[in-house]
This record gives sequence, structure tokens and C-alpha cells, in this order.
Amino acid sequence: MSRPRLIKEASAPLQLEKELLLRIHDLMVKTRVLEERLIQMYKQGHGYFWIGGPGEEAFNVPLGLLMKKGQGPAYDYLHAHYRQSGTMLALGEEPIGALRQMKNTATDPYSGGRNFAGHFSLRKYNVAPVSSPIEVQYAIAPGTAMVQKRHGGDGITIVTGGDAGTAEGDFASCLVWSSRPANPLPILIIVTNNKWGISTSAEGQHGEQRISDRAKAFGIQAKTINGNDPIEAYTELKEAMEYVRKERKPYFIEALVSRLYGHSSASGANFVGDEVDCLKQFEARLAQDGLLTRQQMDDLRNRYTEDMAAAARQARDEPQPDPDSIWKHIYAEDK
Amino acid sequence: MANMAQAIRMALHYAEENLGVTDIFGEDVGMPLGGVFTCTQGLKTTWNSPLDERGIIGAAMGIAMGGGRPVAEIQFCDYVYNTIDLLKLAGNTCWSSNGDWNLPMVVRTPVGSGIRGSIYHSHSFDATMTHIPGWKVVMPSTPLDAYGLLITACKEQNPVMFLEPKALLRVKGEERIPGEPDDDRALSKMIDAPLGDRSQWKPQWPTLQEYAVPFGKGKLVREGSQVTVVSYGRTLPLCAKAAAALADEGLSAEVIDLRSLWPYDWELIKQSVQKTGRVLYVNEDTEVTNFGEHLVRRTVEELFYSLLAPPRLLAGKFVPGIGLADSLEMASVPQQNDITAAIRSLAAEQP
Repeated sequence: MSRPRLIKEASAPLQLEKELLLRIHDLMVKTRVLEERLIQMYKQGHGYFWIGGPGEEAFNVPLGLLMKKGQGPAYDYLHAHYRQSGTMLALGEEPIGALRQMKNTATDPYSGGRNFAGHFSLRKYNVAPVSSPIEVQYAIAPGTAMVQKRHGGDGITIVTGGDAGTAEGDFASCLVWSSRPANPLPILIIVTNNKWGISTSAEGQHGEQRISDRAKAFGIQAKTINGNDPIEAYTELKEAMEYVRKERKPYFIEALVSRLYGHSSASGANFVGDEVDCLKQFEARLAQDGLLTRQQMDDLRNRYTEDMAAAARQARDEPQPDPDSIWKHIYAEDK
Repeated sequence: MANMAQAIRMALHYAEENLGVTDIFGEDVGMPLGGVFTCTQGLKTTWNSPLDERGIIGAAMGIAMGGGRPVAEIQFCDYVYNTIDLLKLAGNTCWSSNGDWNLPMVVRTPVGSGIRGSIYHSHSFDATMTHIPGWKVVMPSTPLDAYGLLITACKEQNPVMFLEPKALLRVKGEERIPGEPDDDRALSKMIDAPLGDRSQWKPQWPTLQEYAVPFGKGKLVREGSQVTVVSYGRTLPLCAKAAAALADEGLSAEVIDLRSLWPYDWELIKQSVQKTGRVLYVNEDTEVTNFGEHLVRRTVEELFYSLLAPPRLLAGKFVPGIGLADSLEMASVPQQNDITAAIRSLAAEQP
């Protein structure tokens, strides 16, 4: 694993770099506060289930910032899993959408009150609907990449999932379909590895040393990176995306991340003290480098906490979907 | 006249030339084979996939998301079962995303018995597929309907499951596909790949015309007054033949080819049953939680006071597979004599 590169990065034009670091930090805080608000809503009975990605912000925020945002094959597709609110906020989504989905209101922009928290869908930015079955996104993603390869340009497909789900066959399907000699695909295959599948440790289930080794067997360029370091994540993702955009070939990233509130509300959604907190670590570096003071960071967090509380109050008062709406959108002509 | 495999091929040719079909793919779908039933020979957008049904359905979903228009093939429906959750996902993508996404994709797969295909080349899929909302499900029994239903499928904005009764793929039609030449042998020379080396072969497509069979519309195959017989796929021609034979005995049976399983033509069934008071549903999928059971339930609930006898279902036996031996296959799924006997018995049934 490579070491944090904050100091090395600082050799780039300072102002730009600082702006980017502050932007990443801002989005990481916003994401963390959103997730904590979602958990609180669940615990207060304002939602039936919580699942999300506190502990993956350092990776998911840079991913969203680096995506080529738009609709159709000229832009990037994201086949995400359910821990990526950080990516959604980095794409410019307002957090109230996630809060509405938690409260399953008719105004929920991602599923109209039909799906769990964290199950985003955003066609205008090529974000495929997130679904609960683990890893189906790995079987689907090669399809958008095929269209993009034929289309030309530099749009790529990005697929993400967790480490436990790599045991499913769809993960192998993705490696096979992305690296067919007849048609290698412009796809960035990502696994965020938190070393857990609900309550089951990867140690007892997976004999492979690195998940990225599996990609190497298919001739896919692959790296394991520290996903708890936003600078490493940003740098590695940027490099990987540039490769995929230009070479029109697959690339694989295994990002080691933390799972700070367990799998989901089913396991209590309580803070886990013994894992690296990427936000805490990043803030220590920002303070040390003199980019932000503790006071500034606390103020930021408090401001988001207030915003999020207000948004949650608003979502709580919005109506549930109309019972007759179950018949809507079974088919596209109902639009 | 063209057989059903040729009709499917011509519809796909029409669709890739005129309807924006971008990818016709699956195991052995591309050349040199062009499909194990020859349905995809000579088409310009075909390609061979890895031997991975989940990969095939997943890729079709992704291609549809990316703005392509895929027609994927599962070589035998017996091998589609490991994709069930992807089929469910394709069926719920529009609904789950509250209308944000839709998947214009077609999946073709051969179904049913009739080629002595033993346990893993004889299964039906209509009962399972009609359990999955969000799809449109069709099954032709003639080459012309295969052509017309597939053209409609390739214009759809939603997932379509196109079930091909494999026993009928080699049966020539009685109706001309608009644009096909008069002479069967001429058609074969034009579009059937030669045996041996095919590397230099190119088909000569006839100038085909659009002919679309709308989904949700059945076809009255034979008019009658005493019994209604509703079927689709392999058993449909058997029902028509039974009705013709029984006419000589003075028994008048009406035969409906459902063609489209979801949505389906309830109005056509209803009008017929209100006239005859007796209905037999025939298909070859296993009989427990069979699609025909749904039709029987609806008949009882909505047409009870028009009935002169209980509605009947003749379907495949609820056994784990269709055995290879001739005697086993014949005993497992409805055959000509079973259908004739069932119609005769229903016509004669008195309270």
C-alpha cells in the first residue's frame, strides 16, 4: 500500500490543490452528517431500515468528483452499491433526497418511497438503480461499457461493490466479460473492501490474498489502495480513469475501507470504535498542514448538522405515496 | 413458406435494419453456427458470448441502459433458471426507480418438448415467466406470428420474453411473411447458411416488410359453438387438429391461440366462453401453479354464470423432468390424443 501523499501533492499549484482538498473535506463532512442523520431517523422511527456508507467517504467522494457527469454513453455510468451517498453528494445531489428515501415519502427522488435508504437511481447522471441483491451490478455493467466502446469518446463505466459479494458469480462474470479478447471494455471495476459480510469476517471465507489478484488473472491492470486516504483515493482513481478513458480497457481497484456503523440497522447501526475513521484522520492532516483550524471544521460540521436536521424535519412532514400509485411505472409507457 | 426459425431470422434482420436493434447475442448465436436452431444465421449484429447466462441477461440489461437495443438468447430455457433474479430485476427496474429507467430488451429462448431433449432440453418456461411482473411474455405457434410478434418486441420500451416452441421451429407456415419469396427452396438458398465452410457466405435477404402483431391480442384459429379451447405454442396446432377431427363427429370446438401471455386477450376468451359455456386451457408446462390455473381462476370468478361445465386445464404432469424415452416424454406432456379426449370429455360433461 502506498503512503499518504499530502505533502507530495502540495507541490502542485497550491491554491488549486487547497481548493480541491477543502472541497473533498466539505463533501466528506456533509456525507458523514447525512449518514448520521439517516441513522438517527431510523432510530427515531422515521424509516424502516438504514444501510449506508459511513467509513467509505474518503473513497466515494473523490469517485463522484472525478466522474464525467451527464446522461448517455458519452458520459460515465455508475453501477453502484448501497454505500455511496458520498458519491451522490459529490455529483451534486441535495441530501434531502436521501432523507426523503429514508422516510419513504412520495417525494423520494430515487424510488418514490418504494426502496430502502441508499438505493439511489439517477438517470440524468447515468447512475443505474441500486438494488439490494449483492453484485448483480457486476453482471449488468459490461453492457453499458459495450455501448460506450461502440459509441467512441471517453465515457466509461464504473461498477462498485463490497468484498463479501465478490463470492457471487456475477463478480467473475464481470471479470470475464470485461476482458474478452474479442472486445475488451472501458470499465473501472471497483471493490470497496471492509473485510466484512454482515457478521462474517472475510478471513474465514476468502483464501485469495488480495481481491485485486483475481483481476490480474484476467490480464486486467489492478491495484489495492488505501481507501481511507482521500488523497490516495483521488490520485489512484484519477490515474485509473485516465487509463480506462484513453485505452478503452478494463482497470481494477480494490479500496480498503472501514465500516463505521456496521452492516446496516439490522446490526444496530452503532459506531464501531476500532476501525480507522477516514474523516478524523483527514481532519488531523488538514489541521497539521494548516489548511483548516479545528474551529473551522467544527463550525462546518455544526452547520451541516443543522441543515440536515431541518431537511429531515421537512421530509418527515411530506406525504406517503398514494396507494393507487402501486400500478404506476410497471411499464415505461405509463410515464 | 418459411419455417419459424427462418421467420425469426427475417424478423431480426428487419429489426436490425429498421428498428435499431444493436446486439443479437448469446451462446453460439454468431457465425459460424448462427444459433443451435439456426435462428440467427447471417445477421449483421450477432456475436458470440461467453458460456454465462447471467452474463448474457446482465449484458442485455446494461446495453439497454446504455441506449442500445439488445436481443439476447438463452440457448435453451432450461438454462435460464440461474438468471431468475436478474429477470426479476429487469422486470422491476422501471417500477423500483419510479419510472426513472426503462429497459428496451428482448430475450429469446426455445421452450418445451418435442425433440426428445430429455431433462434439460424439454422444459417449459411460461409458468415461471408469467410470475415475473414488468415483462411482456409472448409465444407464437406459427412462423408469421413469430415474425410479427418479434417485430413488436423489437419496438417495445420494456423487457420482452419471446418464447420459441422448439418443436415448431422447423414447421413451415401456411401464411406468407410479407416479402418472402414464393418458392421455399429459393428462400432457403437465400438465407440458410450452407453446410461446410461458411466463412465467405453472405445471406441475400428478401425485401421484407413490417408486419407487427400487437401484444395482448389473441387469434381466433377456428370458430366453434360448443367448447372453447385456449392454447399457445406447441400444443396449439394439436388443439386445432383435434377440433378439426372432432368436427367430423359433429362436435364444434372454438380454438384460440393466445400468442401473448402477458398482457393477454381476456376479451377474446370471455366472448368465446360466454358463447360456448365450456373452456379447456392447454399448455405443456407443469400443472401446479401453471399459467392456465390463473386463467381457470379468472374464468370461475368472472364467467361463472356463463359456464355449463367446470373450466378445465390440460397441462404437463407435475414431475421433475421430461424423461428421454419416447414413452416418458409422451406420458409427461399433452399429446394429440390427450387433447382430443379432453375436448370430447368436456363437451359431453353434464351436471
